[in-house]
Amino acid sequence: MPILVPDINLRIIAPALIVTVTAIVVLLGELVTPAERKRWLGYLSIAGLVVAAFAAFSLWGANASGFSGMVVADNFGLFLTLTIALSAALSILLSIPFIHAHEIDQGEYYVLLLASVAGMIVMATATDLIVIFLGLELLSLPLYILAAFQREDTRSLEAGIKYFLLGAFSSAFFLYGIALVFGATGTTNLAKIAASLAQSAGSPMLSIGVGLLMVGFAFKVALVPFHWWTPDVYDGAPTTVTAFMSVAVKAAAFGAFFRTFQFALPALALDWRAVAAVLAVLTMTLGNVAALLQSNVKRMLAYSSIAHAGYILIALVAMSANGLSSALFYLLAYTVTNLGAFGAVIALSDGARERLEIKDFAGAAREHPLVALALTICLLSLAGFPPFAGFVGKFLIFGAAVETGWAWLAVIGVLNSLVSVYFYLRPVVQMYMSEPAEGWSGIRVAPLVALALLIAVISVIALGVFPAPAIALAAGGLIR
Amino acid sequence: MIPLQFYLIVAAILFCLGLFGALARRNAVAILMGIELMLNAVNINLVAFWRYVKPAAPTMDLAGQIFALFVVTLAAAEAAIGLALIIAIYRSRDTVNVEDVDLMKW
Repeated sequence: MPILVPDINLRIIAPALIVTVTAIVVLLGELVTPAERKRWLGYLSIAGLVVAAFAAFSLWGANASGFSGMVVADNFGLFLTLTIALSAALSILLSIPFIHAHEIDQGEYYVLLLASVAGMIVMATATDLIVIFLGLELLSLPLYILAAFQREDTRSLEAGIKYFLLGAFSSAFFLYGIALVFGATGTTNLAKIAASLAQSAGSPMLSIGVGLLMVGFAFKVALVPFHWWTPDVYDGAPTTVTAFMSVAVKAAAFGAFFRTFQFALPALALDWRAVAAVLAVLTMTLGNVAALLQSNVKRMLAYSSIAHAGYILIALVAMSANGLSSALFYLLAYTVTNLGAFGAVIALSDGARERLEIKDFAGAAREHPLVALALTICLLSLAGFPPFAGFVGKFLIFGAAVETGWAWLAVIGVLNSLVSVYFYLRPVVQMYMSEPAEGWSGIRVAPLVALALLIAVISVIALGVFPAPAIALAAGGLIR
Repeated sequence: MIPLQFYLIVAAILFCLGLFGALARRNAVAILMGIELMLNAVNINLVAFWRYVKPAAPTMDLAGQIFALFVVTLAAAEAAIGLALIIAIYRSRDTVNVEDVDLMKW
């Protein structure tokens, strides 16, 4: 029996390869690094991510596919790769002092994070359901452990086990969906699925399969009604892991979501666009309303991340070139903004004692004016105020929706943004208007956290004031 | 030859049994077992489809079988991580009942 050898083109998967190799080097380095030098493993990880980002950039415009059409290096995937690498690098900058303060500074932390990044890159550049699934699992398995990384803290363990059980549960649905789509079309390759569906009409089996695929993606990006794990997991996991999960997983999973639905299943668009529109409305509304009720900043940002998933889903419903590029821009804007917000929350913590209740932020502006300003900028950007990145992102997504005749969806999105202003401004009011709480004296912001915060805030402002270059890059990101 | 439908029905029943186990049981290990059943249902589907549905391209397409192997590997990796987490939580809480693991509201 002849077996076809796939065309091995390592250049296409260079970013994922570099990240994987870095993870292995860090894992080996962990063995020979004395306890007080563990932070060098963090720097090494960041160096690997920078090299991977350069590799992704050197592939820009290559539009090459390899491994029998299983992986592709198109601008869409590369843009997401860059976003993911940026989010991982900023998260590691935040993590180095954080895990030291919490006495969990082991090299495995960076190894798991890098392994997850490799999975995300694979998922964002995959053009075959098998590879998408592989990336999804490579992304998820290390995150289950990272969520439970604070082993002494029962809340962290609880977050880990909840994330694991619901994640495994959702991947079973996702797999069943893939199996049914494979049965209906005879292939797992996205391009061949699209070709096969263009010729023949759909079957009930195909519709069920596509529905289950959507459930699997909805779990990963936390769409209502598949979101209930999000607040608990984001609340219990170490704050730096939450920061990383809330942005990078979304970028990777939405990448595969867009690629699968917009590229492979346009033949069924009539059906899934309606479902996605309903999910978007539910997700935005429930995320924002639930965020109103939270007194804990991490839980509030968890619900806010659910709401943002809803906004991005609008871009999928629009199903146009503009929708795609607006989603890419939004994911980048959301990444820097949310990491900035989490970075500020980490900066305001007192060593191992974190300030996570909104009332704990009272008077922060007097003690830490710069951190308070950074948090304010990031929260305003999340709420969608000009001239910050979040405003441009929302503007592009709602614009894409209006263009394609989904104006009512854009109107609901705008109304939701108005609601969100209330809860985003609550910490700001506490910081600027209240008398300082006890225990602010003597807190120093770690230099690395300050650096990450500076990068994030500059990006938020730059993407808001000069969005044109990033929009141009995102607009080049058409799926091939 | 046994028709394809029979395999699909067996797989669907197995999937539903696993789903019921994952939703109805409160023991984390039992939930994990339910999830494994769901994954095995997928494997039956994949191999049956591979055998019965002619691939779109007339090559020796092994996608279904290879995919089933991937799923088996994943199930092993998931079990390893899941059991490690369950042991960790048993050490700190003396329980593997998910209803008792409720420091945060669901």
